[in-house]
Amino acid sequence: MDFELTDEQKMIQEMARKFAERVIKPVAAELDRTHAHPAELCAKMGKLGLMGVNVPSEYGGAGMDYVCYALAMIEISKACASCGVIMSVCNSLFNFPVYTYGTEEQKQKYLRPVASGEVIGCYGLTEAGAGSDPAKISTTAVLKSDEWVINGTKRFITNGNVAKYCALAAVTDKSAGYKGISSFIIDLENTPGFSLGKIEEKLGINASGTAELVFEDARIPAEALLGKLGEGFRQMLTTLDGGRIGIGAQAIGIGRAVLEESIEYSKTREQFNQPISNFQAIQWKLADMATKLDAAELLVLRAAWLETHKKPYEKEAAMAKVMASDVAMAAAIEGVQIFGGYGYCKEYPMERHMRDAKITQIYEGTNEIMRLIIARNILRKR
Amino acid sequence: MDFELTEEQKIIQDMAAKFARRELEPVAAELDRTKNRDILKANLKKLAELGFMGLDVDPRYGGTGAGTVAFSLAMTELGRACASTTVTTSVTNMVAEVIQSVGTEEQRVKYIPPICSGEFPAGAFGLTETSAGSDAAAMRTTAVADGDYYVLNGGKIFITSAEYSGVFVVWAVTDKDAPKGKGITAFLVEPTFPGFVIGKDETKLGQHASSTNELIFEDCRVPKQNLLGKLNDGYRIAVSELAGGRIGIGSMALGIGLAAIDAAAAYAKDRVTFGKPLAEHQAIQWMIADNYTRLEAARLLLLRAAYMKEQKRYYAKEASMAKLYATETANKTCYDAIQILGGYGYTRDFPVERYYRDARVTTIYEGTSEVQRMIISRSLLGK
Repeated sequence: MDFELTDEQKMIQEMARKFAERVIKPVAAELDRTHAHPAELCAKMGKLGLMGVNVPSEYGGAGMDYVCYALAMIEISKACASCGVIMSVCNSLFNFPVYTYGTEEQKQKYLRPVASGEVIGCYGLTEAGAGSDPAKISTTAVLKSDEWVINGTKRFITNGNVAKYCALAAVTDKSAGYKGISSFIIDLENTPGFSLGKIEEKLGINASGTAELVFEDARIPAEALLGKLGEGFRQMLTTLDGGRIGIGAQAIGIGRAVLEESIEYSKTREQFNQPISNFQAIQWKLADMATKLDAAELLVLRAAWLETHKKPYEKEAAMAKVMASDVAMAAAIEGVQIFGGYGYCKEYPMERHMRDAKITQIYEGTNEIMRLIIARNILRKR
Repeated sequence: MDFELTEEQKIIQDMAAKFARRELEPVAAELDRTKNRDILKANLKKLAELGFMGLDVDPRYGGTGAGTVAFSLAMTELGRACASTTVTTSVTNMVAEVIQSVGTEEQRVKYIPPICSGEFPAGAFGLTETSAGSDAAAMRTTAVADGDYYVLNGGKIFITSAEYSGVFVVWAVTDKDAPKGKGITAFLVEPTFPGFVIGKDETKLGQHASSTNELIFEDCRVPKQNLLGKLNDGYRIAVSELAGGRIGIGSMALGIGLAAIDAAAAYAKDRVTFGKPLAEHQAIQWMIADNYTRLEAARLLLLRAAYMKEQKRYYAKEASMAKLYATETANKTCYDAIQILGGYGYTRDFPVERYYRDARVTTIYEGTSEVQRMIISRSLLGK
């Protein structure tokens, strides 16, 4: 049992922290206001290896373990939750399926540009009628000589409006239920029949684009198939397990920003002739926030460690995501409370943390799905 | 970063789990009902013989030297079966560790081996008084130097294991004029010292078999060589040494919580309502998922604090976080476990009501949740 970080883990944590503090934090509020995609920041993150943390170095990645990934995600998200999710989707939802299920040609072609930060990746799974129930997707892929013809619409796709590449899930055999779903790698910039649909206006993570992807007889080459035909659903489950660690880490990052800013504010704000940090009501909020954040972070790091060591981590990743997101949301609400009236004003960052935190309880598996997964794992073992 | 247990840690965890199942579980309900001291003491002796009374104590004093992580794992496994036996074990370990930490070689050689071997059924801490619980420094028991002795006058309350302890660490005021907390000294007191009377056992909500007594000192003469640590340094010793006890209590609470939710999960698979097992209703699945998740988080906080203590790093905040979170979580879990068992959960036929009663004191003793929050927030605010 060892809670010490390795030198490599410390290094990436330090590097991500410095970059987040110096380069991302100063522009985070503006990004949230303008909803602008942080293209320059993503390029810089790519150069630092943050867009391909776990991608093997022979494909242009940093070749580090999942604990490194979680630590880096925490630091980036602490400065800007939008940057955090852009990074998470590239790493966990695009890179992971490509280097796990891709052919050598696919790995050579698609990983380097995303890992380097040159281009962005996204994950085309969710549809209007298929969120928590992904087996209900209805986008189809039909093989016609040497091309797949894609028909359907994806909703809520993070990075969808700025991504070059998309790992897409489509039905290749309607009669086979979830075993009739397959995955594809799509070059959105070179796919006739693809068009960008609606871009969502959201409560938070405003600098992260959330888009509709429309495929109308869209044609992609036969080699676009990722893994085996009919393997898509199984790939999806494994891919999303890893994505949970990323989102759990994102939530921890938001929570850490809340805690740090709340401590700072409560030490300086005076009422009744003393800093409000003198009052137990405030001390109790800070103590509970810090304790639960530490607990949730340990769950995230533990899940990341299990993934690194190729041990089963489905239950542990779900536990990490559900706890981290619930803790971050509760912390952000208390953070606004601690800031009082100023907490409600856009002049201070706390209201943004509260808006950003909410989505972590929803995407990449709602917390309801997380509880289903945890309960199923536990009840199965008795 | 490594979440794997060492071989030794796994062995100790296993041994504790087996002992809990074979020796503690079969008699836990009876102990709770009858407070049968013979059964309790027989098990304490067996635990000592297996090396569980000095898990983090140097082998040259008869300890096992397995480290704090192993200690935490053991308290959790024993805690699943019987909180009364486990709290006795945890406190006894802490007494041995305090003596090892601040005692002279003579004191260590005299008092630690009988604790570890089981010759002393238990050890006890005499800190709390009627007007000094969370505010321990407000204690009033005095110790006045008189020739080759210190003479103790005053009283302690709520002392775990007093009835069968072979040695007590007792704190008393040695300098009334010193600033608060700076004039307190620790002493090693044996039950046979003249002027020392142990009062009757409290009647409590839970942890019945663990005795909780008053100590009365009326001109109790303690030999000078039994002064533990340095004169007037007692409060600092209490504060630093009690942090280890937090890991013990938190770990035990984790065990109680696990026992409760395990019982509830098993029941939920059998009990049928509205045509299907409880376990297929989402409301029940949600309670099961949330409780196991929180207990896992508690486990990691406890092991982190244990690891830091083993590494000799400053671990006060982490120990407080772990104790606070594990004990509060265990209480919630026991509440939910009774709810899952429904009416049966409220009867003595099922163990969950005992877990619920046993868990209740864990947010109170060895530092209330409020004291833990004070420690944590002070650390956060840089005070």
